[in-house]
Amino acid sequence: MTATSSATPNAIEVRNLNFFYGKFQGLKNIHMDIPERKVTAFIGPSGCGKSTLLRTLNRMYSLYPGQRAEGQINFYGQNILDPKQDLNLLRARIGMVFQKPTPFPMTIYDNIAFGVKLYESLSKSDMDDRVEWALSKAALWNEVKDKLGQNGLSLSGGQQQRLCIARSVAVKPSVLLLDEPTSALDPISTAKVEELVHELKSDYTIAIVTHNMQQAARCSDFTAYMYLGELMEIGVTEELFFKPKRTETEDYITGRFG
Amino acid sequence: MGDKHISSQFDHELNSISAKVMEMGGLVESQLRHSFYAFFEYSSEIADQVIEREAAVNALEVEIDHDVSSTISRRQPTARDLRMLLAMSKITANLERAGDEVARIARMVKLIIDSGASRSLPSSELRVASDLASDLLRRSLDAFARLDADTALAIIKADDQIDHEYDGFLRKLITYMMEDPRTISPSLNLLFLAKAIERVGDHAKNIAESTIYVAKGTDVRHLPASDMESAVR
Repeated sequence: MTATSSATPNAIEVRNLNFFYGKFQGLKNIHMDIPERKVTAFIGPSGCGKSTLLRTLNRMYSLYPGQRAEGQINFYGQNILDPKQDLNLLRARIGMVFQKPTPFPMTIYDNIAFGVKLYESLSKSDMDDRVEWALSKAALWNEVKDKLGQNGLSLSGGQQQRLCIARSVAVKPSVLLLDEPTSALDPISTAKVEELVHELKSDYTIAIVTHNMQQAARCSDFTAYMYLGELMEIGVTEELFFKPKRTETEDYITGRFG
Repeated sequence: MGDKHISSQFDHELNSISAKVMEMGGLVESQLRHSFYAFFEYSSEIADQVIEREAAVNALEVEIDHDVSSTISRRQPTARDLRMLLAMSKITANLERAGDEVARIARMVKLIIDSGASRSLPSSELRVASDLASDLLRRSLDAFARLDADTALAIIKADDQIDHEYDGFLRKLITYMMEDPRTISPSLNLLFLAKAIERVGDHAKNIAESTIYVAKGTDVRHLPASDMESAVR
């Protein structure tokens, strides 16, 4: 199945993707497109493979022995499952933000600068500009501009999560993967992150995994429903939540699942 | 497709609203039958009862609207649940307006009786139209209760018959008034009554359109007949 957008070019094209945790098959023959500069949301019950799929998109799984993927994930035409793929470079192009905020135990400034230094050598003033730019992109600049020297862990949970988004944005990736970015946040912080997702999509391709169906409905352009490692349906979010094509999808989104 | 939600309370809320919509439909149907009885028998007493009971129809509309908005705000329904709630809100609005038309019929009956001209008017010419209106309203509620898109489509087509009856009646009434200008005043009341019958048919048609919307997810309002067919198939 492909997303119903032919006008937008695809940032990522997943073809015949199978994923294994040892002998257990976590993803079954996934075929989907992730359109450029759109938000694609993944929903489905626990264990359906949505986080697994997200983690294949920047090969986060390669950190763990015994996990392997077969098939193709074409990122602007290049198969990132290729063993010769440079993983550090890949993760700079495809950034990831996790469920719990994971700021480094260092200053707010260094949280941003740390990743940038791995890929670029910038002058002090250029680095200052980049830090401000990234924090502004993550809608955090106004809240932290007077305390850049403070420890990142001193921020509130919601601010910490936006700091992590700023850290991902700072290395200028083209894709952002968000794995349940608001499940540990209060409603106000959640709304700010959702607003941020909306603003970021003018520059970035975003894939978001969420347990909160209303969140997928609110902030995504396309929604994919997964179940037992299979992609059941993907479509324009508005249509999927109003008139899904498959009864399995309808049962899940209307709360008849189980 | 599973019929039950994980949340049985959600099922309970939807069933309760649905039951109230059917209750309201039954009430409007009964009102319509009584208004026709009052008309063809020229019973001022029955007409009074119809006018009196309109308040119960209005009260149900307010109650159902409250329940629908409460469920939407608390449950954030999607897909067919959302379509069902939107449709029930629209059907309720159509039933309330049909109820207004029924009360209008009753008021016109009383005016015609008071004019003393009841026996000389061509009232029986409206038998066919009134039978059609009763039938359409009953079938539209039945189709909604079963989410039967085929019957709903048949109702939308049948509404044209009432419109034809109305046009035919209008021509006869004009002839009648020209022959005896003294009957113009009660004839105009009869014309308003005929128009009310025709409007009840329109509301039944709207209910049928809402039924297709729930069952098929397609908004068939204002579509040409051929497109409606393909939406239902």
